[in-house]
Amino acid sequence: MTAVIDEARPQRVSFFNDPKVRSRVAQIVFVLLLAWIGYEIYHNTSVNLAKLNKNVNFGFLWGTAGFDIIQTPLTYSRASLYIDAIIIGLLNTLIIAGLGIILATILGFIIGIMRLSSNWVIAKIATGYVELIRNIPLLLQMFFWYAAVLKPLPGPRQGINFFDLAFLSNRGLVIPKPIWSSGAGFVGLALVAGCIGAFAVARWARLRQERTGEQFPSLWAGLAAIIGLPLIAFLLAGAPVTFEYPELKGFNFVGGTTVLPELIALLLALSIYTASFIAEIVRAGIMAVSHGQTEAAHALGLRARPTLRLVVIPQALRVIIPPLTSQYLNLTKNSSLAVAIGYPDLVAMGGVVMNQSGRAVEIVIIWMFVYLSISLLTSGFMNWYNARVRLVER
Amino acid sequence: MTDLSSSHGWVRTEDAKTLPPPPNTTGLTGWALQNLFNSPLNTVLTILGAAFVAWIGWGVIDWALIRGVFTGESRDACVAVPDSGACWPYVWAKFHQFIYGFYPFDQRWRVNICFVVGALALATMAIPSLPYKKWNALFLLVIYPLMTFVLLTGGDLNLSVSTLLGIVGLLLLTALVIPPLAFGIEEGIRRNRLALAFAGVAIVIWLLSLFVSMPEVAIFGSFVSISTLAIIGLLAIAAALSAAHEAFSRDASARTALLSWIGACSAVIAVLLLVDTDFGLVPVETQQWGGLLVTLVVAVTGIVASLPLGTLLSLGRRSKMPVVRMFSVVFIEVWRGVPLITVLFMASIMLPLFMPEGVNFDKLLRALVGTALFSAAYMAETVRGGLQAIPKGQYEAAQALGLSYWKLMNLIVLPQALKIVIPGIVNSFISLFKDTTLVLIIGLFDVLGIVNASFNDPKWVSPQTGTTAYFVAALMFWVFCFGMSRYSIFMERRLATGHKRRGY
Repeated sequence: MTAVIDEARPQRVSFFNDPKVRSRVAQIVFVLLLAWIGYEIYHNTSVNLAKLNKNVNFGFLWGTAGFDIIQTPLTYSRASLYIDAIIIGLLNTLIIAGLGIILATILGFIIGIMRLSSNWVIAKIATGYVELIRNIPLLLQMFFWYAAVLKPLPGPRQGINFFDLAFLSNRGLVIPKPIWSSGAGFVGLALVAGCIGAFAVARWARLRQERTGEQFPSLWAGLAAIIGLPLIAFLLAGAPVTFEYPELKGFNFVGGTTVLPELIALLLALSIYTASFIAEIVRAGIMAVSHGQTEAAHALGLRARPTLRLVVIPQALRVIIPPLTSQYLNLTKNSSLAVAIGYPDLVAMGGVVMNQSGRAVEIVIIWMFVYLSISLLTSGFMNWYNARVRLVER
Repeated sequence: MTDLSSSHGWVRTEDAKTLPPPPNTTGLTGWALQNLFNSPLNTVLTILGAAFVAWIGWGVIDWALIRGVFTGESRDACVAVPDSGACWPYVWAKFHQFIYGFYPFDQRWRVNICFVVGALALATMAIPSLPYKKWNALFLLVIYPLMTFVLLTGGDLNLSVSTLLGIVGLLLLTALVIPPLAFGIEEGIRRNRLALAFAGVAIVIWLLSLFVSMPEVAIFGSFVSISTLAIIGLLAIAAALSAAHEAFSRDASARTALLSWIGACSAVIAVLLLVDTDFGLVPVETQQWGGLLVTLVVAVTGIVASLPLGTLLSLGRRSKMPVVRMFSVVFIEVWRGVPLITVLFMASIMLPLFMPEGVNFDKLLRALVGTALFSAAYMAETVRGGLQAIPKGQYEAAQALGLSYWKLMNLIVLPQALKIVIPGIVNSFISLFKDTTLVLIIGLFDVLGIVNASFNDPKWVSPQTGTTAYFVAALMFWVFCFGMSRYSIFMERRLATGHKRRGY
């Protein structure tokens, strides 16, 4: 009996030709190779570091920094620690990234829509902008704004005066500084309440429309809640804000908030450069929605605005958002070029700390860790979002 | 029959004369009325836009040409004129630096040869109708880099005897794979037991020599340990035994396997000879390189190195082996997640730490390693797009024909996928080309670095020198990048036609 069964079985493949064995062997060899390379790197690094009397240890971060930083969102002095300097660098990176993303998005959407304009001159200006800006390195643009535009500006005394409110000079842009007095908290609370209210109204309006078909101008109601509530709170609390205006005293300005020329140059370069890419994304996204969609919406009796809001924009956004996020990431990563013009971002601060403490390996690890975390968080969010808006197909 | 025409009045008997279209729908006026002035808002926008363009255009022309200073020997010429524009004499004086950096003046013909040969090879590669693409690609990806390496650095690496012997040993070791390739794995190993035994002994001696020091003998004027000689001898016997099976075989495919092994080995030895021979060229340190030369070297090396690396990574990312896939994903995401500048810092600071004692890296080489790894990750994603675009039927058909994984990839999938991603590759090249400017942060002088350094030269400092310098640098980058992006669009259109379904 058994002999018959054995014969019926297919002949065993040769050990070497079994795909499973092959794949396992290949993977084991690959792992061994990686382990060997990893060990070599680890071994060489530790030998080289030992020769320099160093080790990898993050304890140095709690040493005194002893240098000044030109832009400090948190309180910082020479007596602060290295880790404070690095945190301030990270915050400065986030500041420039946040501002840059807002500006680049606005500019990019404007240029992208201009490229689709029926007006020939406007469309060509947008095309020219994109083709010019995209093809010049970002670092060069940054140097241009910093060294060729902002630095040669006249000093504070001859600076450009915007209605005595703001002054642009080679020391940067000085703007009035709001000083909140007691009661300002209510305005903030009212803003939060307004946002929640707007959200609730929108939800209620949508449910009601689904039930009864009646429409409600939830956009205007929401806007009224978000703007109106804080405004009322502001007036009720007796306008709890005063502005400290910059004044020219001696050779420099006193009062107000100074926006550093480094920040302005970086912001201009980053947002102008990234906007040229965002414009292309926006254009491609809008063009990806076929004209038949608009025609079908019109045939169903939708007017121009609901067509745009309910049919075209949601479909365009599905195409626009993924590449847009990767542009935001690019902008954040590109903000590291700040080091070239001396804006104290994460890379620049890390560089200073590295030069002072001689801790190269640790600083590079911190850089990589921070940027990787930002990237992975963003792409994680992106995957979640993509899964949410994906077309539900059969 | 009564005359109908008289009872119905006048009837036209011939066609009416074709009238021209209304004058304001054709020609320039018609076009302008439709595209520029079709509504009040558009009219306003057109006028504002035209004014804006005129303002910018006039500003540039006025600054560069009308107020520009064209002749002079030093900064005085540019400072003397009040409210002057561009300082062109500075550009004439420094232009050679923008191109060659501080490359020795009498050696610049070497750079020129590299530029001209590269441009010719690239042009013939880029024009789709020209033949011999495969040979051209081989030249561009293998021979040209070697040639430029020898020409630009001067070659003559002075490899040590132990390095050479090590490479020879590895080459001999590869001979062991010929019998399995020629006769199949089991048969090949069965026939070649003796050679495998010799190679095994050689490897045991090598492992021993790591722990036990052996006496040395002088060969070619340098000292080599006895164990090394023994290893090479044993490996040579093993290689000869492996080769003998195929040399005396009647099987044509066995002889082909042997011949291709010999070909590959001679190619490696030829490369070694090429970089190790003294051609009488004056060595030029990479510190002296600069300007467009460095920009092109970094960008081209990055792309040439990242093509094979990125292709392997993209295959790894789609591999069925979990270990390989995980490694590829992690590698790609790590490099894509960090800014190039930290990669460059890492390459310039940490790469020397990773190397064994005594190995010292040139600063330019470190930057090249950093950019190559960085762009490989981006290239992997570009190629992956191409791989995903190949229909599944192609894979299945190839598997049904019994092709192995590598044959499937090399003969069926990659040729199609790489063709689709040519525009993507050109676009990565453009961004890499722009990104090379970052090397100035680690102290190399690319175009922007040279420009930055040169306008602070006391001889030329003037209020307009900086702006002029950036203008010229921007123009140089723009011409390159714009040209390449046009080419990418052209290829995209050309390739698109091949994939569109015609007919039903």
